[in-house]
Amino acid sequence: MIRVVLPAHLRNLAGVEGTLALEVQGPATQRSVLDAVEASYPMLCGTIRDRGTRKRRAFVRFFACGRDMSHEPEDAPLPDAVAAGREPFLIVGAIAGG
Amino acid sequence: MTKVRVLVGTRKGAFILTSDGKRAKWDVDGPHFGGWEIYHLKGSRVNPDRLYASQCSGWFGQVIQRSDDGGRKWEPVGNAFTYDGTAGTHQWYDGTAHPWEFKRVWHLEPSLSDPDAVYAGVEDAALFRSGDGGRTWAELSGLRRHGSGPRWQPGAGGMCLHTIILDPVNPRRIFIAISAAGAFRSDDAGETWLPINRGLRSEHIPDPTADVGHCVHRIAMHPSRPNVLFMQKHWDVMRSDDAGGSWREVSGNLPSDFGFPIEVHAHEPETIYVVPIKSDSEHYPPDGKLRVYRSRTGGGDWEALTAGLPQRDCYVNVLRDAMAVDSLESCGVYFGTTGGQVYASADGGDTWAAIVRDLPAVLSVEVQTLA
Repeated sequence: MIRVVLPAHLRNLAGVEGTLALEVQGPATQRSVLDAVEASYPMLCGTIRDRGTRKRRAFVRFFACGRDMSHEPEDAPLPDAVAAGREPFLIVGAIAGG
Repeated sequence: MTKVRVLVGTRKGAFILTSDGKRAKWDVDGPHFGGWEIYHLKGSRVNPDRLYASQCSGWFGQVIQRSDDGGRKWEPVGNAFTYDGTAGTHQWYDGTAHPWEFKRVWHLEPSLSDPDAVYAGVEDAALFRSGDGGRTWAELSGLRRHGSGPRWQPGAGGMCLHTIILDPVNPRRIFIAISAAGAFRSDDAGETWLPINRGLRSEHIPDPTADVGHCVHRIAMHPSRPNVLFMQKHWDVMRSDDAGGSWREVSGNLPSDFGFPIEVHAHEPETIYVVPIKSDSEHYPPDGKLRVYRSRTGGGDWEALTAGLPQRDCYVNVLRDAMAVDSLESCGVYFGTTGGQVYASADGGDTWAAIVRDLPAVLSVEVQTLA
Protein backbone atom coordinates (compact mmCIF):
# COMPACT_ATOMS: atom_id res chain seq x y z
CA MET A 1 0.00 0.00 0.00
CA ILE A 2 1.22 3.45 -0.83
CA ARG A 3 0.50 6.20 1.64
CA VAL A 4 -0.58 9.60 0.34
CA VAL A 5 -1.00 12.78 2.36
CA LEU A 6 -3.45 15.32 0.96
CA PRO A 7 -3.57 19.02 1.84
CA ALA A 8 -6.34 19.93 4.27
CA HIS A 9 -8.64 21.45 1.62
CA LEU A 10 -8.53 18.28 -0.45
CA ARG A 11 -9.04 16.04 2.60
CA ASN A 12 -12.19 18.06 3.30
CA LEU A 13 -13.30 17.78 -0.31
CA ALA A 14 -12.72 14.02 -0.35
CA GLY A 15 -14.28 13.58 3.09
CA VAL A 16 -11.25 11.79 4.49
CA GLU A 17 -9.10 12.17 7.57
CA GLY A 18 -5.45 11.31 7.90
CA THR A 19 -3.30 9.54 5.36
CA LEU A 20 -4.70 7.68 2.35
CA ALA A 21 -3.57 4.10 1.83
CA LEU A 22 -3.91 3.04 -1.80
CA GLU A 23 -3.15 0.04 -3.95
CA VAL A 24 -1.26 1.19 -7.02
CA GLN A 25 -1.25 -0.76 -10.27
CA GLY A 26 2.25 -1.37 -11.60
CA PRO A 27 5.37 0.59 -10.62
CA ALA A 28 4.89 3.42 -8.16
CA THR A 29 5.25 6.66 -10.10
CA GLN A 30 3.67 10.07 -9.77
CA ARG A 31 1.27 9.16 -12.53
CA SER A 32 0.24 5.80 -11.11
CA VAL A 33 -0.17 7.20 -7.60
CA LEU A 34 -2.28 10.11 -8.81
CA ASP A 35 -4.32 7.78 -11.01
CA ALA A 36 -5.02 5.69 -7.92
CA VAL A 37 -5.96 8.77 -5.89
CA GLU A 38 -8.40 9.93 -8.56
CA ALA A 39 -9.86 6.46 -9.04
CA SER A 40 -10.65 6.16 -5.34
CA TYR A 41 -11.70 9.78 -4.89
CA PRO A 42 -13.15 11.03 -8.18
CA MET A 43 -14.08 14.36 -6.64
CA LEU A 44 -10.35 15.12 -6.63
CA CYS A 45 -10.13 14.91 -10.43
CA GLY A 46 -9.00 18.28 -11.68
CA THR A 47 -7.85 19.54 -8.29
CA ILE A 48 -4.30 18.14 -8.35
CA ARG A 49 -3.77 17.76 -12.09
CA ASP A 50 -5.40 19.83 -14.80
CA ARG A 51 -8.26 17.84 -16.28
CA GLY A 52 -7.29 18.58 -19.84
CA THR A 53 -3.51 18.43 -19.85
CA ARG A 54 -3.12 16.04 -16.87
CA LYS A 55 -0.25 18.24 -15.73
CA ARG A 56 0.33 19.21 -12.10
CA ARG A 57 -1.58 22.36 -11.22
CA ALA A 58 0.75 25.32 -10.81
CA PHE A 59 0.28 25.75 -7.06
CA VAL A 60 0.40 22.07 -6.16
CA ARG A 61 3.71 20.45 -5.21
CA PHE A 62 4.80 16.87 -4.59
CA PHE A 63 7.26 15.84 -1.88
CA ALA A 64 8.63 12.49 -0.72
CA CYS A 65 11.50 11.45 1.52
CA GLY A 66 12.44 15.07 2.13
CA ARG A 67 12.72 15.84 -1.58
CA ASP A 68 10.69 18.10 -3.85
CA MET A 69 9.49 15.71 -6.56
CA SER A 70 7.36 18.31 -8.36
CA HIS A 71 9.56 18.52 -11.41
CA GLU A 72 10.41 14.82 -11.66
CA PRO A 73 9.11 12.99 -14.73
CA GLU A 74 5.59 11.67 -14.17
CA ASP A 75 6.66 8.12 -14.99
CA ALA A 76 9.90 8.08 -13.00
CA PRO A 77 9.88 5.53 -10.17
CA LEU A 78 9.17 7.02 -6.77
CA PRO A 79 11.68 6.26 -3.98
CA ASP A 80 11.63 2.69 -2.69
CA ALA A 81 10.50 3.88 0.72
CA VAL A 82 7.37 5.38 -0.87
CA ALA A 83 6.72 2.30 -3.00
CA ALA A 84 7.05 0.13 0.12
CA GLY A 85 4.71 2.33 2.13
CA ARG A 86 7.36 3.32 4.68
CA GLU A 87 7.27 6.99 3.64
CA PRO A 88 4.24 8.93 2.37
CA PHE A 89 3.85 10.73 -0.94
CA LEU A 90 2.98 14.29 0.04
CA ILE A 91 0.65 16.45 -2.06
CA VAL A 92 1.04 20.03 -0.87
CA GLY A 93 -0.68 23.31 -1.64
CA ALA A 94 2.19 25.66 -2.43
CA ILE A 95 2.83 28.57 -0.13
CA ALA A 96 1.75 31.33 -2.46
CA GLY A 97 0.44 34.77 -1.88
CA GLY A 98 2.02 38.05 -1.15
CA MET B 1 -44.50 29.40 7.90
CA THR B 2 -42.70 31.59 5.41
CA LYS B 3 -38.96 31.57 5.61
CA VAL B 4 -36.23 33.42 3.76
CA ARG B 5 -32.91 31.86 2.92
CA VAL B 6 -30.07 34.06 1.69
CA LEU B 7 -27.21 32.29 -0.07
CA VAL B 8 -23.97 34.23 0.17
CA GLY B 9 -20.82 33.41 -1.78
CA THR B 10 -17.61 34.97 -0.50
CA ARG B 11 -13.88 34.94 -1.14
CA LYS B 12 -13.45 32.40 1.65
CA GLY B 13 -16.53 30.24 1.74
CA ALA B 14 -20.32 30.13 1.53
CA PHE B 15 -22.75 31.32 4.17
CA ILE B 16 -26.45 30.61 4.50
CA LEU B 17 -28.52 33.21 6.31
CA THR B 18 -32.05 32.32 7.37
CA SER B 19 -34.93 34.22 8.89
CA ASP B 20 -38.68 34.02 9.21
CA GLY B 21 -40.97 36.22 7.17
CA LYS B 22 -40.42 39.18 9.47
CA ARG B 23 -36.76 39.23 8.45
CA ALA B 24 -35.76 40.83 11.75
CA LYS B 25 -33.58 38.09 13.26
CA TRP B 26 -31.14 36.07 11.23
CA ASP B 27 -29.21 32.86 11.74
CA VAL B 28 -25.83 32.64 10.07
CA ASP B 29 -24.62 29.21 9.02
CA GLY B 30 -21.12 28.78 7.66
CA PRO B 31 -18.57 28.93 6.39
CA HIS B 32 -19.23 26.07 4.04
CA PHE B 33 -16.13 25.19 1.98
CA GLY B 34 -14.04 27.47 4.20
CA GLY B 35 -11.03 28.96 2.46
CA TRP B 36 -12.42 28.46 -1.06
CA GLU B 37 -13.82 31.16 -3.31
CA ILE B 38 -17.53 30.69 -3.77
CA TYR B 39 -18.37 32.70 -6.83
CA HIS B 40 -22.04 31.82 -6.79
CA LEU B 41 -24.63 29.53 -5.30
CA LYS B 42 -28.25 29.31 -6.26
CA GLY B 43 -31.29 27.16 -5.57
CA SER B 44 -33.69 25.49 -7.95
CA ARG B 45 -37.07 27.15 -8.28
CA VAL B 46 -38.65 23.72 -8.75
CA ASN B 47 -37.00 22.15 -5.72
CA PRO B 48 -35.74 24.90 -3.40
CA ASP B 49 -33.70 22.45 -1.33
CA ARG B 50 -31.65 21.65 -4.42
CA LEU B 51 -28.74 24.09 -4.35
CA TYR B 52 -25.76 24.39 -6.63
CA ALA B 53 -22.49 26.08 -5.68
CA SER B 54 -19.40 27.09 -7.65
CA GLN B 55 -16.35 26.47 -5.46
CA CYS B 56 -12.91 27.36 -6.75
CA SER B 57 -9.37 28.03 -5.70
CA GLY B 58 -6.18 29.26 -7.29
CA TRP B 59 -4.53 26.11 -5.93
CA PHE B 60 -7.05 23.39 -6.63
CA GLY B 61 -9.22 24.68 -9.46
CA GLN B 62 -12.95 24.32 -9.94
CA VAL B 63 -15.40 22.19 -7.97
CA ILE B 64 -19.19 22.15 -8.29
CA GLN B 65 -21.12 21.27 -5.16
CA ARG B 66 -24.76 20.23 -4.89
CA SER B 67 -27.03 20.06 -1.90
CA ASP B 68 -30.40 18.35 -1.71
CA ASP B 69 -31.33 19.54 1.76
CA GLY B 70 -31.06 23.29 1.55
CA GLY B 71 -27.35 23.48 2.23
CA ARG B 72 -26.84 21.30 5.29
CA LYS B 73 -25.02 18.57 3.40
CA TRP B 74 -23.16 18.98 0.13
CA GLU B 75 -21.84 16.61 -2.49
CA PRO B 76 -19.13 17.43 -5.02
CA VAL B 77 -20.46 16.66 -8.48
CA GLY B 78 -18.88 17.18 -11.90
CA ASN B 79 -16.12 19.66 -12.64
CA ALA B 80 -15.18 18.65 -16.19
CA PHE B 81 -15.81 21.78 -18.23
CA THR B 82 -14.34 20.87 -21.59
CA TYR B 83 -14.87 23.17 -24.51
CA ASP B 84 -16.61 21.52 -27.42
CA GLY B 85 -14.20 20.72 -30.25
CA THR B 86 -11.31 23.03 -30.99
CA ALA B 87 -11.33 25.80 -28.43
CA GLY B 88 -10.06 28.48 -30.81
CA THR B 89 -8.86 31.92 -29.82
CA HIS B 90 -10.23 35.20 -28.57
CA GLN B 91 -8.55 38.56 -28.37
CA TRP B 92 -6.07 39.12 -25.56
CA TYR B 93 -5.47 42.44 -23.79
CA ASP B 94 -2.69 43.31 -26.22
CA GLY B 95 -4.81 42.54 -29.25
CA THR B 96 -3.17 39.20 -30.02
CA ALA B 97 -5.08 35.95 -30.42
CA HIS B 98 -5.25 33.97 -27.18
CA PRO B 99 -6.48 30.41 -26.76
CA TRP B 100 -9.72 29.85 -24.90
CA GLU B 101 -8.83 28.44 -21.45
CA PHE B 102 -11.26 27.36 -18.77
CA LYS B 103 -10.64 29.16 -15.48
CA ARG B 104 -13.74 29.08 -13.28
CA VAL B 105 -17.52 29.09 -13.08
CA TRP B 106 -18.91 32.55 -12.36
CA HIS B 107 -22.62 31.85 -12.34
CA LEU B 108 -24.94 28.87 -11.98
CA GLU B 109 -28.52 29.16 -13.20
CA PRO B 110 -30.85 26.28 -12.37
CA SER B 111 -33.55 25.45 -14.91
CA LEU B 112 -36.98 26.87 -14.21
CA SER B 113 -38.64 23.50 -14.78
CA ASP B 114 -36.19 20.67 -14.06
CA PRO B 115 -34.17 20.51 -10.83
CA ASP B 116 -31.55 18.33 -12.53
CA ALA B 117 -30.90 20.86 -15.26
CA VAL B 118 -28.56 23.75 -14.59
CA TYR B 119 -26.53 26.18 -16.67
CA ALA B 120 -23.03 27.39 -15.89
CA GLY B 121 -21.46 30.60 -17.14
CA VAL B 122 -17.69 30.25 -17.19
CA GLU B 123 -14.44 32.11 -17.78
CA ASP B 124 -13.12 32.05 -20.53
CA ALA B 125 -16.59 32.88 -21.72
CA ALA B 126 -18.80 29.94 -22.55
CA LEU B 127 -22.12 28.48 -21.51
CA PHE B 128 -22.40 24.91 -20.24
CA ARG B 129 -25.46 22.86 -19.36
CA SER B 130 -25.92 19.84 -17.15
CA GLY B 131 -29.01 17.67 -17.30
CA ASP B 132 -28.00 15.32 -14.50
CA GLY B 133 -27.74 17.53 -11.48
CA GLY B 134 -24.28 18.83 -12.24
CA ARG B 135 -22.53 15.49 -12.69
CA THR B 136 -21.69 16.04 -16.35
CA TRP B 137 -21.50 19.22 -18.39
CA ALA B 138 -21.78 19.93 -22.11
CA GLU B 139 -20.96 23.21 -23.75
CA LEU B 140 -23.62 25.04 -25.73
CA SER B 141 -20.89 25.91 -28.16
CA GLY B 142 -23.00 27.88 -30.60
CA LEU B 143 -22.31 30.87 -28.37
CA ARG B 144 -18.53 30.59 -28.34
CA ARG B 145 -18.59 29.75 -32.03
CA HIS B 146 -20.52 32.91 -32.82
CA GLY B 147 -18.66 34.63 -35.62
CA SER B 148 -17.67 37.46 -33.31
CA GLY B 149 -15.93 35.13 -30.84
CA PRO B 150 -12.38 35.80 -32.05
CA ARG B 151 -13.00 39.51 -31.35
CA TRP B 152 -14.16 39.05 -27.75
CA GLN B 153 -11.69 40.18 -25.14
CA PRO B 154 -11.55 40.05 -21.36
CA GLY B 155 -12.54 42.82 -19.03
CA ALA B 156 -10.34 43.58 -16.05
CA GLY B 157 -11.92 40.71 -14.13
CA GLY B 158 -11.42 38.18 -16.91
CA MET B 159 -13.52 37.12 -19.89
CA CYS B 160 -16.41 35.84 -17.89
CA LEU B 161 -19.94 34.81 -18.75
CA HIS B 162 -21.59 36.19 -15.63
CA THR B 163 -25.28 36.59 -16.39
CA ILE B 164 -27.73 33.87 -17.44
CA ILE B 165 -31.44 34.68 -17.63
CA LEU B 166 -33.94 32.00 -18.59
CA ASP B 167 -37.17 33.30 -20.08
CA PRO B 168 -40.05 32.09 -17.88
CA VAL B 169 -42.56 32.33 -20.75
CA ASN B 170 -40.54 31.06 -23.69
CA PRO B 171 -38.45 28.07 -22.54
CA ARG B 172 -36.31 28.23 -25.68
CA ARG B 173 -35.13 31.78 -24.98
CA ILE B 174 -31.94 32.45 -22.99
CA PHE B 175 -30.16 35.74 -22.37
CA ILE B 176 -26.51 35.87 -21.36
CA ALA B 177 -23.90 38.57 -20.85
CA ILE B 178 -20.14 38.50 -21.10
CA SER B 179 -17.48 40.96 -19.98
CA ALA B 180 -16.38 42.41 -22.30
CA ALA B 181 -18.24 41.02 -25.31
CA GLY B 182 -21.75 42.16 -24.46
CA ALA B 183 -25.20 40.62 -24.32
CA PHE B 184 -26.48 37.75 -26.44
CA ARG B 185 -29.83 36.02 -26.89
CA SER B 186 -30.74 32.55 -28.05
CA ASP B 187 -34.24 31.70 -29.24
CA ASP B 188 -33.52 28.02 -29.80
CA ALA B 189 -32.47 26.81 -26.36
CA GLY B 190 -28.85 27.77 -26.82
CA GLU B 191 -28.10 26.38 -30.28
CA THR B 192 -27.56 29.74 -31.98
CA TRP B 193 -27.02 33.22 -30.61
CA LEU B 194 -27.63 36.81 -31.59
CA PRO B 195 -25.69 39.76 -30.18
CA ILE B 196 -28.19 42.15 -28.61
CA ASN B 197 -26.13 45.29 -28.11
CA ARG B 198 -27.81 47.83 -30.41
CA GLY B 199 -28.09 51.14 -28.62
CA LEU B 200 -25.18 50.52 -26.27
CA ARG B 201 -22.46 53.12 -26.47
CA SER B 202 -19.03 52.50 -24.92
CA GLU B 203 -16.60 55.36 -25.38
CA HIS B 204 -13.59 53.30 -24.33
CA ILE B 205 -13.71 50.88 -27.28
CA PRO B 206 -12.53 51.63 -30.83
CA ASP B 207 -16.07 51.67 -32.26
CA PRO B 208 -18.33 52.93 -29.46
CA THR B 209 -21.44 51.41 -31.05
CA ALA B 210 -19.93 48.10 -32.19
CA ASP B 211 -22.14 45.01 -32.29
CA VAL B 212 -19.88 43.31 -29.72
CA GLY B 213 -17.18 44.46 -27.33
CA HIS B 214 -19.26 46.16 -24.65
CA CYS B 215 -18.56 45.59 -20.98
CA VAL B 216 -21.98 44.57 -19.75
CA HIS B 217 -21.91 44.14 -15.98
CA ARG B 218 -25.36 42.73 -15.29
CA ILE B 219 -28.83 42.28 -16.76
CA ALA B 220 -32.08 41.88 -14.83
CA MET B 221 -35.60 40.92 -15.86
CA HIS B 222 -38.96 40.77 -14.10
CA PRO B 223 -40.51 37.36 -14.76
CA SER B 224 -43.89 38.89 -15.66
CA ARG B 225 -42.35 40.90 -18.52
CA PRO B 226 -39.60 38.89 -20.16
CA ASN B 227 -39.23 41.33 -23.04
CA VAL B 228 -38.18 44.13 -20.70
CA LEU B 229 -34.54 44.01 -19.68
CA PHE B 230 -32.53 46.33 -17.49
CA MET B 231 -28.76 46.53 -17.79
CA GLN B 232 -25.97 47.93 -15.69
CA LYS B 233 -23.20 48.47 -18.18
CA HIS B 234 -19.64 49.40 -17.24
CA TRP B 235 -20.87 52.96 -17.57
CA ASP B 236 -24.60 53.60 -18.23
CA VAL B 237 -27.80 52.02 -16.98
CA MET B 238 -29.81 50.81 -19.95
CA ARG B 239 -33.27 49.48 -20.72
CA SER B 240 -34.68 47.35 -23.52
CA ASP B 241 -38.38 46.86 -24.20
CA ASP B 242 -37.89 44.42 -27.05
CA ALA B 243 -35.92 41.54 -25.54
CA GLY B 244 -32.61 43.21 -26.23
CA GLY B 245 -33.38 44.23 -29.80
CA SER B 246 -32.54 47.81 -28.86
CA TRP B 247 -31.42 49.64 -25.74
CA ARG B 248 -31.85 53.16 -24.43
CA GLU B 249 -30.09 54.83 -21.58
CA VAL B 250 -32.02 55.38 -18.35
CA SER B 251 -29.20 56.61 -16.12
CA GLY B 252 -31.13 59.84 -15.53
CA ASN B 253 -30.15 61.60 -12.31
CA LEU B 254 -27.86 58.92 -10.87
CA PRO B 255 -24.75 60.40 -9.21
CA SER B 256 -22.69 57.92 -11.22
CA ASP B 257 -23.90 55.49 -13.83
CA PHE B 258 -21.00 53.12 -13.23
CA GLY B 259 -21.81 50.10 -11.10
CA PHE B 260 -22.20 46.37 -11.09
CA PRO B 261 -25.55 44.91 -9.92
CA ILE B 262 -29.04 45.76 -11.07
CA GLU B 263 -32.21 44.17 -9.72
CA VAL B 264 -35.99 44.39 -10.20
CA HIS B 265 -38.59 44.56 -7.41
CA ALA B 266 -40.48 41.27 -7.01
CA HIS B 267 -43.95 42.77 -7.53
CA GLU B 268 -43.36 46.08 -9.29
CA PRO B 269 -41.77 45.48 -12.69
CA GLU B 270 -40.96 49.16 -13.14
CA THR B 271 -39.12 49.42 -9.81
CA ILE B 272 -35.42 48.77 -10.18
CA TYR B 273 -32.33 49.09 -8.00
CA VAL B 274 -28.69 49.91 -8.67
CA VAL B 275 -25.69 50.78 -6.50
CA PRO B 276 -23.75 53.64 -8.09
CA ILE B 277 -19.99 53.36 -7.87
CA LYS B 278 -17.77 56.38 -8.38
CA SER B 279 -15.76 55.14 -11.34
CA ASP B 280 -14.12 52.19 -12.99
CA SER B 281 -10.75 53.12 -11.50
CA GLU B 282 -11.97 53.66 -7.94
CA HIS B 283 -14.62 50.99 -7.36
CA TYR B 284 -16.19 52.58 -4.28
CA PRO B 285 -19.32 54.65 -3.72
CA PRO B 286 -19.30 58.39 -4.46
CA ASP B 287 -18.52 60.59 -1.46
CA GLY B 288 -17.97 57.59 0.83
CA LYS B 289 -21.76 57.13 1.06
CA LEU B 290 -23.22 53.69 0.41
CA ARG B 291 -26.48 54.41 -1.41
CA VAL B 292 -28.84 52.14 -3.24
CA TYR B 293 -30.75 54.02 -5.92
CA ARG B 294 -34.31 53.05 -6.73
CA SER B 295 -36.32 54.03 -9.75
CA ARG B 296 -40.06 53.46 -9.69
CA THR B 297 -40.34 54.48 -13.33
CA GLY B 298 -38.20 51.83 -14.94
CA GLY B 299 -35.20 54.13 -14.94
CA GLY B 300 -34.61 57.79 -15.65
CA ASP B 301 -35.82 59.12 -12.33
CA TRP B 302 -33.89 57.79 -9.34
CA GLU B 303 -34.06 58.29 -5.57
CA ALA B 304 -31.28 57.60 -3.09
CA LEU B 305 -32.03 55.02 -0.40
CA THR B 306 -29.81 55.68 2.58
CA ALA B 307 -31.66 54.82 5.81
CA GLY B 308 -29.52 52.32 7.68
CA LEU B 309 -26.64 52.41 5.20
CA PRO B 310 -23.30 54.03 6.08
CA GLN B 311 -23.24 57.62 4.89
CA ARG B 312 -19.64 58.46 5.65
CA ASP B 313 -16.25 56.82 5.23
CA CYS B 314 -17.64 53.86 3.29
CA TYR B 315 -15.41 52.58 0.49
CA VAL B 316 -16.72 49.10 -0.27
CA ASN B 317 -17.88 47.79 -3.62
CA VAL B 318 -20.96 45.74 -4.49
CA LEU B 319 -20.20 43.13 -7.13
CA ARG B 320 -22.41 42.17 -10.04
CA ASP B 321 -23.97 39.02 -8.60
CA ALA B 322 -24.30 40.38 -5.07
CA MET B 323 -27.85 41.77 -5.10
CA ALA B 324 -31.17 39.92 -4.99
CA VAL B 325 -34.80 40.27 -3.93
CA ASP B 326 -37.21 38.02 -2.08
CA SER B 327 -40.84 37.60 -3.09
CA LEU B 328 -42.62 38.29 0.18
CA GLU B 329 -45.54 40.70 0.06
CA SER B 330 -43.30 43.50 1.22
CA CYS B 331 -40.41 42.88 -1.13
CA GLY B 332 -37.06 42.31 0.55
CA VAL B 333 -33.92 43.60 -1.12
CA TYR B 334 -30.47 42.26 -0.24
CA PHE B 335 -26.92 43.04 -1.22
CA GLY B 336 -23.43 42.11 -0.09
CA THR B 337 -20.27 44.18 -0.10
CA THR B 338 -16.59 43.60 -0.58
CA GLY B 339 -16.27 44.64 3.07
CA GLY B 340 -18.19 41.54 4.16
CA GLN B 341 -21.51 43.13 5.06
CA VAL B 342 -24.83 41.78 3.85
CA TYR B 343 -27.50 44.46 4.02
CA ALA B 344 -31.21 43.73 3.86
CA SER B 345 -34.31 45.81 3.50
CA ALA B 346 -37.69 44.28 4.31
CA ASP B 347 -39.57 47.26 2.89
CA GLY B 348 -38.47 47.52 -0.70
CA GLY B 349 -35.41 49.59 0.10
CA ASP B 350 -36.87 52.27 2.38
CA THR B 351 -34.82 51.11 5.37
CA TRP B 352 -31.77 48.88 5.65
CA ALA B 353 -29.89 46.93 8.27
CA ALA B 354 -26.78 44.74 8.13
CA ILE B 355 -27.86 41.17 8.80
CA VAL B 356 -24.21 40.12 9.03
CA ARG B 357 -21.25 42.42 8.75
CA ASP B 358 -17.87 40.74 9.05
CA LEU B 359 -17.85 38.06 6.38
CA PRO B 360 -15.10 37.73 3.80
CA ALA B 361 -15.61 39.87 0.70
CA VAL B 362 -19.02 39.02 -0.74
CA LEU B 363 -19.06 37.76 -4.32
CA SER B 364 -22.71 36.80 -4.69
CA VAL B 365 -26.08 36.98 -2.97
CA GLU B 366 -29.15 34.96 -3.88
CA VAL B 367 -32.44 34.79 -2.00
CA GLN B 368 -34.99 32.02 -1.67
CA THR B 369 -38.49 32.65 -0.37
CA LEU B 370 -39.63 29.39 1.16
CA ALA B 371 -43.20 28.46 2.01
